Amino acid sequence: MSSQEIPEENLPAEQGPAHGAVEGADDPFADPGLPAHQPRIQDIDERAAKRSERAVAFMFTLSMLATVGFIASYVIFPVDKIVYIWPFGHVSALNFSLGLTLGVALFAIGAGAVHWARTLMSDVEVADDRHAIEATPEVKAKVLADFAAGAEESAFGRRKLIRNTMFGALALVPLSGVVLLRDLGPLPEKKLRNTLWAKGKQLINMNTMEPLRPEDVAVGSLTFAMPEGLTEEAEDFQNQIAKAALMIIRIQPENIKDKREREWAHEGIVAFSKICTHVGCPISLYEQQTHHVLCPCHQSTFDLSDGARVIFGPAGHALPQLRIGVNSEGNLEALGDFDEPVGPAFWERG
Amino acid sequence: MKKLSARRRHPLAAVVVLLLALAATGGLYAAFAPASKAQADETAQSLAIEEGKKLYSVGCASCHGTGGQGTTDGPSLVGVGSAAVDFQVGTGRMPAQQPGAQVPKKKVIYNQAQIDQLAAYVASLGAGPIVPTKNQVSPDGADIAKGGDLFRTNCAQCHNFTGEGGALTNGKYAPSLEGVDPKHIYEAMQTGPQSMPSFPDTTMPEQQKRDIIAYIQTVNSAQSENPGGLKLGGLGPVSEGLFAWIFGLGALIAVAIWVAAHTAKAKKS
Amino acid sequence: MSTATDTQRKAPAGERVADWADGRLGIYSLAKANMRKIFPDHWSFMLGEIALYSFIIIILTGVYLTLFFHPSMNEVVYHGSYEPMQGIKMSEAYASTLDISFDVRGGLLVRQIHHWAALIFLAGMFVHMMRVFFTGAFRKPREINWLFGFLLFVLGMFTGFTGYSLPDDLLSGTGVRFTQGAILSMPIVGTYISMFLFGGEFPGHDFVARFYSIHILLLPGIMLGLLVAHLILVFYHKHTQFAGPGRTNKNVVGMPLLPVYMAKAGGFFFLVFGIIAVIAAIASINPIWAIGPYRPDQVSTGAQPDWYMGFAEGLIRVMPGWEINLWGHTLVLGVFIPLMAFGLVLAIIAVYPFVESWITGDKREHHILDRPRNAPTRTAFGVAWITEYVIVFIGGGNDLWATHFHLSLNAISWFVRIFIFVGPVLAFIATRRICLGLQRRDKEKVLHGRESGIIKRLPHGEFVEIHEPLGPEQLHTLTAHEQYKPVEIGPTVDENGVERKVSALQKLRARLSKGYYGEDNQIAKPTVEEYKEITSGHGHH
Repeated sequence: MSSQEIPEENLPAEQGPAHGAVEGADDPFADPGLPAHQPRIQDIDERAAKRSERAVAFMFTLSMLATVGFIASYVIFPVDKIVYIWPFGHVSALNFSLGLTLGVALFAIGAGAVHWARTLMSDVEVADDRHAIEATPEVKAKVLADFAAGAEESAFGRRKLIRNTMFGALALVPLSGVVLLRDLGPLPEKKLRNTLWAKGKQLINMNTMEPLRPEDVAVGSLTFAMPEGLTEEAEDFQNQIAKAALMIIRIQPENIKDKREREWAHEGIVAFSKICTHVGCPISLYEQQTHHVLCPCHQSTFDLSDGARVIFGPAGHALPQLRIGVNSEGNLEALGDFDEPVGPAFWERG
Repeated sequence: MKKLSARRRHPLAAVVVLLLALAATGGLYAAFAPASKAQADETAQSLAIEEGKKLYSVGCASCHGTGGQGTTDGPSLVGVGSAAVDFQVGTGRMPAQQPGAQVPKKKVIYNQAQIDQLAAYVASLGAGPIVPTKNQVSPDGADIAKGGDLFRTNCAQCHNFTGEGGALTNGKYAPSLEGVDPKHIYEAMQTGPQSMPSFPDTTMPEQQKRDIIAYIQTVNSAQSENPGGLKLGGLGPVSEGLFAWIFGLGALIAVAIWVAAHTAKAKKS
Repeated sequence: MSTATDTQRKAPAGERVADWADGRLGIYSLAKANMRKIFPDHWSFMLGEIALYSFIIIILTGVYLTLFFHPSMNEVVYHGSYEPMQGIKMSEAYASTLDISFDVRGGLLVRQIHHWAALIFLAGMFVHMMRVFFTGAFRKPREINWLFGFLLFVLGMFTGFTGYSLPDDLLSGTGVRFTQGAILSMPIVGTYISMFLFGGEFPGHDFVARFYSIHILLLPGIMLGLLVAHLILVFYHKHTQFAGPGRTNKNVVGMPLLPVYMAKAGGFFFLVFGIIAVIAAIASINPIWAIGPYRPDQVSTGAQPDWYMGFAEGLIRVMPGWEINLWGHTLVLGVFIPLMAFGLVLAIIAVYPFVESWITGDKREHHILDRPRNAPTRTAFGVAWITEYVIVFIGGGNDLWATHFHLSLNAISWFVRIFIFVGPVLAFIATRRICLGLQRRDKEKVLHGRESGIIKRLPHGEFVEIHEPLGPEQLHTLTAHEQYKPVEIGPTVDENGVERKVSALQKLRARLSKGYYGEDNQIAKPTVEEYKEITSGHGHH
């Protein structure tokens, strides 16, 4: 920093009696000093002081009563008792009574103490001197000399080998801690690229847990599907559904603008990943008139009639589509996994 | 009884009496008419269609076309079914008032009989989802927890965890489900009004719709329990944050000002 | 000092205990320096206390919660007392949070106090930090304490975030998913960090337990250390004060710690706790039972983090979806740029004190606070920063603004995209003008007195308002602030005609200094001569 170059006279004059701009007595802006103390009513009228005393004692008594009330509420009200209290609605009697009594018990202590301080304790303002934080030059010289002596005695500066190896050792030893963190989790590998979907897996309706049939899916309807074989009881259900959740809609084939989307659909039934490509929220605010789907978290908007391309918001790429068909039993099935990773983009996605 | 007499002078009282009278007459007629029941139903049906057509040509035809074929101002109604009409007209969305991103819920301007007639007419244009019966939409005996799970899979993405509603693109929105008639919730799932996709019985069976209705009634109605206190709109952290800043920090700063202020002096200087 | 007769008498019990402790801890010397330490009174000096006390409340309630919370992601089927969750599969973490809310008496209250206190803790730190910023309290010798405070704020954000994620509910899980997506966007190391943090693929079975130890041990431990250091430095430096009669850079005027400040500060702790307890009694926070257990394929609209992360949320929401694919690799700028911007916006405010001290070149200690108007450029910069913060914040809640103000979500996003750049500039210009206006008004007041509101009609019919001259105390207060002169580079050739080397850095500093203290950028405070000329009789009008 080059701040030393700023000349002292550029800085404003220090305030204070010693540094007045004009001769002290003549200066209308000079500090007149602390004003004289004005007494409060309580300072001159004992009755007022008594009133304050009673007010403070009342507060502390109120607090005691409120604590008794707290314990009484705890004992009296069952934990599931609901009462109607205007304007709060149907609230838990216990929560309401405990909170209020506790609040009053605490607030009254505070109010009592503050009222005491404000009306009965001395309110004479006192000035306390500040002392420089910086050490005097003598102290500083002494410390520096001590340090130099210590450094000299350790021979730290002279014996460079010791110094360098010590730095080396100190720099390396934390590595053990870093290495220990390795087992926090597995390496990414290809985990983010695959989902449970595979050729031949039927689309299971998440409401009924039955396989979806093309005739079930009406134009303008919205259905959610997961892969056959996955159950809510499965150990890794959460991890799997986080990638495999599907959004099923049906669009008149002539209204599908994207050629690939039409080909990957079955008679206008299209299956898109339910996981937003922005940061992974389940996206499904489907507006059936416009075929737009909105993410409730960050408002990325995708056009499901046009390859689910992004038309608004922070998502960077279209929702992945799952290629579907119909199996021999007439149920909808996947014709493979997604051909790209679902969910948020990442460095290795490419 | 007291309630009934108190409502005698209600503006709709005449309508109700009229409807009751009509129903009674119709019932008597049905009971005593020599023709077979099916025939009578058919006649009533065609009467309703006839009446519905008249209502339709006055209130709906300008946008949806004289035969329900649709125009540039409104979609075709062929095949939308009576459920769609009952929902749209029964929630006041139709007839629409002005063009915009979305047709909002409004005051209902037709009575239920007229809505039924309109629905009958539109249903006659092409088969579609029909208005559910009371039993079909009743939350009694439904599985609330299952309904909650289904709600979070199928509905919460637009309507929020407890059905408070939420934003869609370009000024569109998913409305709040608080206080919505179960029948209308059912019909909305059946027919997919406006931006909303449909959830037909083929992919979401009737029982599941009842579970969902039961869940909504449990978590978002005037009777819903909010054990923790004010639900702050049920919107989550945004309203909680505003509350913490305005009321929490606001109250604390007010108290801090009191703590730090000078106590009143005996004499004003 | 002590005579034989004094030591003969039996000292009172309290004194004997103190003697015992003094012999081991030296408490008398400690108390000599601190027991009657002076603290100035001002409401804005208590904002930090709000944060401090909420932190204590969070620790107290947090310890209670650990007694009942199970930081485990094992799947269980719920059979507790909350009807709409019967038979639903969920993690143990979520189930135990339901139990705390519905089966432990008072558990819901403690949970709500804990969470409300966390929101207020962060809000308290934020306003405290802004108070320190706008009054220039970060200047020497307090720069290090500014950094400590800043670190506390950032660590508080992450402690809050990890705590918010623990119940493993659908809302917080969505937030964790977002975090994972953001980590994946990091070039080269993203996938590795994600795998290591989550113990494999998202969500895995580990993150709740890992976040738990981070939330209750690692981060609060560091914060506690920083907090103690922060407070020690406050004691050591003694508190700053506003200018006023009798208040100089060499003293501190106020009330002694014992008894007034102890009663006020101690009382304030109870006031803060009381208010938060009442809030927890009447207002629900994070009702996880209504939100449902986390499943990576479920979501709700209105998915936002707690307020202190709202600013990160906003950055990520309004960013266009840029993505570069080259040589088989993907650079996810749409996520990575907001991630960097998040750090950058925070870093800017953190380093500001050092930049300002470089520009002024001032190496002296400052214990008298600036009124924000008297440092127009700093104030304008701070307001611009807050404006940026708030605009991005609005972006973070764009869906809720859309539904509640009947606006288009897309329009709000575009508004934010533009005003993220334009807003701070406008705020900077407007704030500086307002500051200069206020400075002019102060000068006017000093020279011509206070407007009394009394209108006088002069003999020739003119109406004038009578100005009352200010008292010496106000005259001093309004003229006590320091004014810097801009740094001059000086002539680029010295007297011998030899060219002097002026580095680009020096030129930059001169330009910045002019921006801060140039003629148009601060109003010269009234001089004694000006004052005397006006007040010497004919000055009145």
